[in-house]
Amino acid sequence: MSAVFSDGSGLFFAILGAALAALLAGAGSARGVGMAGQAAAGVVTDQPDMFGRVLILQLLPGTQGIYGLLIAFVAMNNLGIMSGSPEVNCSLLKGLAYLGACLPMAIVGYISAINQAKAAVASIALVSKRPDQFGKSMLFPAMVETYAIFALLISILALNGVGNI
Amino acid sequence: MSVLSMKRVLVAGLKKDRKELLELLQRKGIVQISTEDIAAEAGAEGSVFYQSDESGARTTFEKSAQAATNALSVINNAVKDPNAVSMFSGRHQMSLTDYTTNVKKREKIMEMVGDLNALAKRQSEIQAEIPKLEAQRESLTPWLSYDQDMGFTGTKTTRAFIGTLPNEVPLEEIYKGIDEVAKDITGVDVTIISSSSEQTCIQVVCLNKDAAKVEEALRHMSFARPVVSGSDPKSQDAALMQQIEGLNRQLAENEGRIASYAEHREEIKLMADYFQMRADKYEVIGRLYQTDKIFLLSGYVEERNAKALEDMLESRFDCVVEVKDPSPDEDVPVALRNNGYAAPVEGVVGSYALPGKGEIDPTFIAAIFYYFLFGMMLSDAAYGLIMVVGCAVILNKNKGKIEEGMRKTLTMFMYAGIGTMFWGVMFGSYFGDLPQVVMRTFFGKEIGSLALWVEPAVEPMTVLGFAFIVGIIHIFFGMGASAYTSIKQGKPLDALYDVGFWYLLLIGAIGILLTTDMVGGMFGLNLVLPGAVMTILKVFAAVGAVGIILFGGRDSSNWGLRIGKGLYALYGISSYLSDILSYSRLLALGLATGVISSVFNSMAAMVAAPPVIGPVLFIVIVVVGHTLNLAINALGAYVHTNRLEYVEFFGKFYNGGGKPFTPFTENTKHYKVLD
Repeated sequence: MSAVFSDGSGLFFAILGAALAALLAGAGSARGVGMAGQAAAGVVTDQPDMFGRVLILQLLPGTQGIYGLLIAFVAMNNLGIMSGSPEVNCSLLKGLAYLGACLPMAIVGYISAINQAKAAVASIALVSKRPDQFGKSMLFPAMVETYAIFALLISILALNGVGNI
Repeated sequence: MSVLSMKRVLVAGLKKDRKELLELLQRKGIVQISTEDIAAEAGAEGSVFYQSDESGARTTFEKSAQAATNALSVINNAVKDPNAVSMFSGRHQMSLTDYTTNVKKREKIMEMVGDLNALAKRQSEIQAEIPKLEAQRESLTPWLSYDQDMGFTGTKTTRAFIGTLPNEVPLEEIYKGIDEVAKDITGVDVTIISSSSEQTCIQVVCLNKDAAKVEEALRHMSFARPVVSGSDPKSQDAALMQQIEGLNRQLAENEGRIASYAEHREEIKLMADYFQMRADKYEVIGRLYQTDKIFLLSGYVEERNAKALEDMLESRFDCVVEVKDPSPDEDVPVALRNNGYAAPVEGVVGSYALPGKGEIDPTFIAAIFYYFLFGMMLSDAAYGLIMVVGCAVILNKNKGKIEEGMRKTLTMFMYAGIGTMFWGVMFGSYFGDLPQVVMRTFFGKEIGSLALWVEPAVEPMTVLGFAFIVGIIHIFFGMGASAYTSIKQGKPLDALYDVGFWYLLLIGAIGILLTTDMVGGMFGLNLVLPGAVMTILKVFAAVGAVGIILFGGRDSSNWGLRIGKGLYALYGISSYLSDILSYSRLLALGLATGVISSVFNSMAAMVAAPPVIGPVLFIVIVVVGHTLNLAINALGAYVHTNRLEYVEFFGKFYNGGGKPFTPFTENTKHYKVLD
């Protein structure tokens, strides 16, 4: 065991955390934006002038991917990967702490993106029938995003703290 | 600052003035027609008044408007409209005299409209016809080298079969196939006209007497009659080609004719508007109460316009105008009026709900926080400047023409941009950390933080704590608004029970929490309050809690139930907790903007090393990256500012439910006729 989990192996887990944040949140957003995009394209077939509005609604589940990217970036930056001098002596504990810090964004990002997309699809249908309700229609998907924002916050705060280990 | 006070207006006019009076009202756009209040009296059985059914006329006008709109899109498809109404520029304005002269030409213009729509129909017919002819030509291709009529059956003594065999069959095999079945025939001549892997087109000639046998033989080989018939393929093909050419010529010709109408585009636009206005007018006429000589019109008018309306109508027409207060049980439509600072947020309030009966207009207090919250979430001085300059330029360019709603929206984003600049300066974010990155990459200098206050990425807990304070103030304002509404409605005790006790409890609880190790320590406070202050806080919390338990369920007369409900109301403190936590998004979205900026900036810095090409790539990445970041985060800031206002803030005091004031006006797309 000690040979496998030598002192420097923390770096692996730290990067795994960063990768998971970008990967899962990105995958969720990709699916979400795709779902919303199909609904949006359907609306534009009949009502081309709705393009601007449905595009904004389609974009809403895309933020999780950005937050995931952001967490991955902060983690890699703290690890010195961006500046070209990775922290090769990162202890196992610290590496696992990085992994843990990234998980809220990774998991909540994935799930919230897909559920936000479902709300966005419904909102797109709403806007197609009641264009005047655009203001409200944006709120429903945004409610879901709240939890991605909370996850983002916790991940950032945790990453900040891990740096001091 | 408030919900505008509305008046009921009743106009009794002569029928001969009806058209002119309604058109005047339509141009002014200050009266919402609503004849429900006189319906009981004027619409009663045996009343001298009647309502005329104008749905027929209305449909006719709507059809004409639709025809003009269609004709317009026909022209626009052919020739791009240089004078199109853009999102920002608003409708073109036209004086009443110009309008009257132009409208007189309507028969001529509608002729053009009819012509254009007929042309468009013809064009689509031709466009459907051409592929059919092309398909016919396609099926002729294998037969093109055949110089007989396709219907050729032979001469006096011979019989000819024309048709196809499946797959590619060589000549010898065809002869062999015929020989096998038709054994004792005099002779047969087979010509291959064309062959491909799918089929072989052949002509088979034999003597009349052998015809039956040969036909039998051919059937064995799955011989089939050709799909084409008629005269010889070459001339058929030539005729088809000519037809297609002719149609193409027609297409081009029609296209030219459509394009030649481009100079009449503005007149056609006016027709679309004119008929729409007439349709709207007839909708109103259908709701009037009339006799043979007079008509009655009733509606709402803003109080500030009432006097002017009365004077205007009475001076121009022989009519009676009566202005009075709406009866208390009426569902009076709502219009808001705010000062220049708050008015832009009216759209945000409107898209939640307009104030219901007895509610205050929340626009002003919503606006106090709106720009601040938005700014904190976007928080970049450069982005803010871009928003301010962008909106100001558009507003200035379209001054006086821009539609009211768009003007308010742009003004709102301009002010939100000022909020963004303010927070950008506080947090030291100018395109993120671009100044630092540029100095480091190109000049090798470290300039450090530019923040006037703190950098959220460096001291997130400080900003988080501040975000919670903002949240608490915001929520307290909302509760204050609730108390104000209660007092205004003459229920001061409700204000005490539902807001006062909560104020005491929350202030006490927050104060005590801050001195604890857990919460105080989280924000690095080592707060030790003097004993007297602690006692006051404890008393506050206790009085608040007891008050809520005693009065939270005051609508129940049973004391047991009442205390139970009161305890449940006290449990509502958890919702205050989650409301306050919700403001952590102020930090999170602010961080998102800053960190994504720095992601792009460091990506740009990575490629900046090589001379010439490096700086160019640097600039490209910075421009593209920040454009993207601004778009995404401005959207995020907008959506989440609305959320905080709608859910956390309005949730405390505001229900809405008012119907918007929709005056009878020029509901047009292209022109606005001035009066």
